[in-house]
Amino acid sequence: MSISIQTADFDAGRECADLLAGRHDVGAVASFIGVVRGDGGVAAMTLEHYPGMTEKSLAAIAAEARERWPAVAALRVIHRVGRLRVGDQIVFVGVAGGHRGEAFAACEFIMDYLKTRAPFWKKEETEAGVRWVEARDSDDAAAARW
Amino acid sequence: MKLHVKYFASLRESVGRAGDDVELPCERLSVAELREHLAAQGIEALAETGKLRAAVNQVMAEPETSVGDGDEVAFFPPVTGG
Repeated sequence: MSISIQTADFDAGRECADLLAGRHDVGAVASFIGVVRGDGGVAAMTLEHYPGMTEKSLAAIAAEARERWPAVAALRVIHRVGRLRVGDQIVFVGVAGGHRGEAFAACEFIMDYLKTRAPFWKKEETEAGVRWVEARDSDDAAAARW
Repeated sequence: MKLHVKYFASLRESVGRAGDDVELPCERLSVAELREHLAAQGIEALAETGKLRAAVNQVMAEPETSVGDGDEVAFFPPVTGG
């Protein structure tokens, strides 16, 4: 279980390979990559977070995923902060498990919980100026499914 | 008791600073009571919106969560990461 908050980009292929390295109990790796979308004239965004709480909340979410799906063998969460442009990668979640069921489920669970519980905030830049992104009710509904 | 209060994102911008050291004559109070106290002290952004969230010692809190001496209390808008 490894969690990183960083400004640097990541290589999803290498992260998935690392989840498998030296393991013989893994039959599936599910991964998710979140990317900066250019809707509504968005050119870039800045991600702010709450240092200390961010790491704690992601560790708690990852620990809960392992409790719910004990067959999860390894997982990795990377969330970038700072200024990102359209098309840049924001977040990576990778889950390795014995079979695809727990890998898919735990990966989606981590993203749904991260969206509503981890202290990150996005500020978008458009030609009209900057604006803080509003939280969506659909994200709360997604997290409430679990 | 003494508390350290932090503000994040749009709330930090509205307040105009990242935090406050707060001294209170009581031994404990709830997150909601702290918010009311700070709003009454002139931090209008804490009075304006009902949508704010809070954390106590870096764990998500509820309005009724109890706060005591030395705690770190953060107020912020709903999170938008991922």
